[in-house]
Amino acid sequence: MTATASRRVLPGFGLTLGFTILYLSLVVLIPLSAVFLKTATLSPEQIWNQISAPRAVASYRLTFGASLLAAMVNAVFGLILAWILVRYSFPGKKLVDALIDLPFALPTAVAGIALAAIYAKNGWIGQFLEPLGIRIAFTPAGILVALIFIGLPFVVRTVQPVLQDLDAEFEEAAASLGATRWQSVTRVVLPAILPALTTGFALAFARAVGEYGSVIFIAGNMPLVSEITPLIIITKLEQYDYAGATAIAAVMLLISFALLLVINLLQAWSARRGRREA
Amino acid sequence: MSIRVENIDKRFGTFTALNDVTLDFRTGELTALLGPSGCGKTTLLRIIAGLETADAGRILIAGEETSDKPVRERHVGFVFQHYALFRHMSVFENVAFGLRVKPRRERPGEAEIRRRVMELLDLVQLAWLAERMPAQLSGGQRQRIALARALAVEPQVLLLDEPFGALDAKVRKELRSWLRQLHETLHITSIFVTHDQEEALELADRVVVMNRGRIEQAGPPQAVYEHPANAFVHGFLGASNILRGTIRDGLFHAEGASLPARNIHQSGGEAVAYLRPHELAIARRPDPAGIPAEIRRILAFGALARIELITLAGRVPLEVELPRHDLAGLALNPGETVHLVPQGVNLFPSAEAGTLPKPVLAKAG
Repeated sequence: MTATASRRVLPGFGLTLGFTILYLSLVVLIPLSAVFLKTATLSPEQIWNQISAPRAVASYRLTFGASLLAAMVNAVFGLILAWILVRYSFPGKKLVDALIDLPFALPTAVAGIALAAIYAKNGWIGQFLEPLGIRIAFTPAGILVALIFIGLPFVVRTVQPVLQDLDAEFEEAAASLGATRWQSVTRVVLPAILPALTTGFALAFARAVGEYGSVIFIAGNMPLVSEITPLIIITKLEQYDYAGATAIAAVMLLISFALLLVINLLQAWSARRGRREA
Repeated sequence: MSIRVENIDKRFGTFTALNDVTLDFRTGELTALLGPSGCGKTTLLRIIAGLETADAGRILIAGEETSDKPVRERHVGFVFQHYALFRHMSVFENVAFGLRVKPRRERPGEAEIRRRVMELLDLVQLAWLAERMPAQLSGGQRQRIALARALAVEPQVLLLDEPFGALDAKVRKELRSWLRQLHETLHITSIFVTHDQEEALELADRVVVMNRGRIEQAGPPQAVYEHPANAFVHGFLGASNILRGTIRDGLFHAEGASLPARNIHQSGGEAVAYLRPHELAIARRPDPAGIPAEIRRILAFGALARIELITLAGRVPLEVELPRHDLAGLALNPGETVHLVPQGVNLFPSAEAGTLPKPVLAKAG
């Protein structure tokens, strides 16, 4: 094959790829590798002691567990919200649409303080939950509430445009072929928006794992119970234990990366499977 | 199955889409709903399908009132203009959809589904595409798959919304004759919506011309074309030349000519004549029944030549169509003055013509 045969029609591939790699290196890869380099100043045994301490392990479980749960809740309610915003018109729709982005704009500490205040024993909502024996503030449940709050926009904003593009014609076609409402939603609508929904889920999850500001105000931060991993890192930093902090951070990074990779693979797999048979 | 539409009214806000429409569709017939955009034809089709509800009136399918039945219980096959194939399903699964969503006790087994789907794909001559995804098909292929999908549930009636609207001219022509053949084999009562008069006349057993939410005329294509009920139908079905003039002594006087007309209902007064381009003969010698006109352009492509002229009296543009070999015999030149002798003049009261949209001179694409 000659050189001309392999030439691309759209120029600029070399330039844009080069720039992308440079940019990613400066902004993402180099700072992240510093985490591992700093961790490497510890001996393997020290690293193991740091990352396998009971407090650390409990915090991994809490952070990733609560984040996954919050992302799942957001996937369900975000989908419903997006559905309502796309499919129906009602008074105040523009307002609701604008409200959705608020968790993006609000400083997370403000969100945390506000949530803690209303869910506290004597707060607006907390006072009604207390007699029922339900405590939200200063428990892991509070963490979940905060993470749901900050993750909500991701699912709505990824699903909304896809739903908008999905013509009502597809559902009409399904109905004319004898499908019930439930069948047309599960067999026609959901498969069409599943990739967007997974992306929104992954974004909400990633955001929740890294969340610090809003959680620490509502969590109560009791070691082994309601202490999140980012807080452990901050605590270690405040004690000038930089290597210990980066060791925990490295574990977080690896787990997050592995989970996001799995989500992406699942997405690619479902897209392929969709193209092949279902 | 026969379909009866009775006194259907439909409004969207202040816009009246359908105004007291009553129509009968006979069993096994292929009917065209023809009209300009916004005339209510698609709304009527969607109401018959149950995708839209009428404000008043009823729909009877095979004599049974179906106005309140939801779409999925009406057993109608609906083919959408933009196909609406499910993008995440293969061609096979698209066609199988209607069978797979049946309630468990009616649902055929996997082998039976496979057999029926392949049978339908054979019918639309696309069995070799069964494993492809809709995105990999051409427009014409997609529309045939959409048709196979609609047929899979064995509908009582088949409704097609501008089935060829999104296709290019050549594919449209091919699909048109193919659909006609398919209809001859299946004989399902079918209704299709179109704004293309040529398509309606060529394909349908019966043509229903609609305008502004009302039915202007319904009948066999030949009858509707040759005996248009009013100026709108004449203007909409095929190209027309329009002349304004007056009726005196049983003749229509316009543009310096006195023309005998087929349908003079008035004893006098103003009227509008509709003349088909192929019903005008070109003469060199002056004739009392000939309109003097100057040749502007001669377009000779294909079997029919088109000549654009302008009348000497009122500078009204006219168009004449004649076979190529006749054109050669006449040896016409642009700029020359000739006399146009109409072979058939359809007269309509001028008040009626006033409400018309501008008739299409060039053939609608």
